[in-house]
Amino acid sequence: MQQEYIVKDPFKTEEYMINMGPQHPATHGVLRLVLTIDGEIIKKVEPDLGYIHRSIEKMCEYDTYQQIVHLTDRMDYLSSHINNEAVCLTVEKALELEVPERVKVIRTIIGELTRLASHQLWWGVFGMDIGGLTTYFYAFRDRELINDIFEETCGARLTMNYNIPGGLMFDIHPNFVNRTKAFIKHFKTKLPEYDQLLTGNIIFEKRTKGVGVISKEDAISFGLTGPTARGSGLVSDIRISHPYSAYDRVKFNEVLFTEGDTWARYKVRIQEMWESISIIEQLIDNIPEGDFKVPTKAVIKLPKGEFYQRVETARGELGVYINSDGNKNPYRVKFRSPGFSNLSILDHAARGSKLGDLVAIMASFDLVIPDIDR
Amino acid sequence: MTNLELQNTIAAWSDQITFTEEATEFLTAQVPAAEWHEIALQLKSTPELHFDYLFCETGIDYGTDLGVIYHLRSTDLKHEMVVKVNTSDRENARIDTVCDIWRTAELHEREIHDLFGIEFNNHPNMQVLILPENWVGFPLRKDYSDPVNMIIR
Repeated sequence: MQQEYIVKDPFKTEEYMINMGPQHPATHGVLRLVLTIDGEIIKKVEPDLGYIHRSIEKMCEYDTYQQIVHLTDRMDYLSSHINNEAVCLTVEKALELEVPERVKVIRTIIGELTRLASHQLWWGVFGMDIGGLTTYFYAFRDRELINDIFEETCGARLTMNYNIPGGLMFDIHPNFVNRTKAFIKHFKTKLPEYDQLLTGNIIFEKRTKGVGVISKEDAISFGLTGPTARGSGLVSDIRISHPYSAYDRVKFNEVLFTEGDTWARYKVRIQEMWESISIIEQLIDNIPEGDFKVPTKAVIKLPKGEFYQRVETARGELGVYINSDGNKNPYRVKFRSPGFSNLSILDHAARGSKLGDLVAIMASFDLVIPDIDR
Repeated sequence: MTNLELQNTIAAWSDQITFTEEATEFLTAQVPAAEWHEIALQLKSTPELHFDYLFCETGIDYGTDLGVIYHLRSTDLKHEMVVKVNTSDRENARIDTVCDIWRTAELHEREIHDLFGIEFNNHPNMQVLILPENWVGFPLRKDYSDPVNMIIR
């Protein structure tokens, strides 16, 4: 006979605080979150930053414009090429320097390869964060091919430093076009595997659907950008709204989902990989001939004024604000990093969720900590 | 709205606001610190302006004054502008918070507070965000002394 237990006094729970990080496998870097939880339910998330703050903005004030470029790939190291491009575009805009068509197209192709590599890593890590280790190996297998292309192009696999104000450091390798085509051909057969492995998985769907819902109004108020914003239906693709480099001559769609949950943010990035493939395919056979840079002075002095340039990194809008007083060093540089703004909604999105869901929500934001700390 | 229409709309609110479009791509308004919160509210709530998106907030040290630069955008009307608010009190710099209007400002203002020492009135949580709690000085100010050479020159 089944025994009946009668609980006279229900368990009392009380709020308490725990630390998540700075050393935690799911924060992917040194981010410390101070959590207030009641049982399993999150009441408050308070980020504590600065564990990897290098004060890049202050260092920029003592550096020349060529040197600043090299600091920026230490921010969002998964979008290093696009970060470099942002500074170069700002300097070129201030100098009213027109770079050759060849440079624009190569920058765009490598920028999209960077986005693919970043999204691949995100996908692998997303699966790993919520318990499916296999995704990590699938993603790194394919990402390796992109890194090999980068290595052949400029010697570095991650922090590329391929852009300089006025163009590129050197021309592309003779193998570049063929290898990129081979990679695209390979990856087009592998991307459906990603869907088979994770997207249709019932456990994965249960872990992500309806978790960490962000409304469009909140996305606007918290200044979200990138795939995180587009999962909430906020039109925010800089490549379409403020085209730079060669994005004005390619056709691609802005991926939007309106659910605003972790699942929607996942689907945005998967779909964006298809769009990136399409952009590369449109450009790879049409790289114009010409110079790979225009000469600039050894010491670049920007005119007096304020310059703002934005680009779409894999995480969202990176804004570079340069306030110049006419000297060889900038007076003030501000990097509006996508991760910092996206992090600001974490508390709002995670409140009321279970502790385990916080990992899924964070993974769907695709945070890179050096990008937040700068 | 064009920049001129924006300027005319905003200039009607107060005669203390000055505008410039020199050496920048945005319409730039200099707003006195005392009127800033009221004007920020109007910038968002006026239907034909509807600046609902604060995409960048920058602290800056002009040498004498400290300032905050707000890059604003309207997500549906697509126009953009820049607002600058300055304070000349370096010892006790105070500017009204806008995180009740644009919530992204909450973290940005905490960062500016750490690095420039500007206090934001009515901010819900003005604790240090980036620096250690016992840090002396404000690193991004121009007069910050750096005796241990933390910043590579």
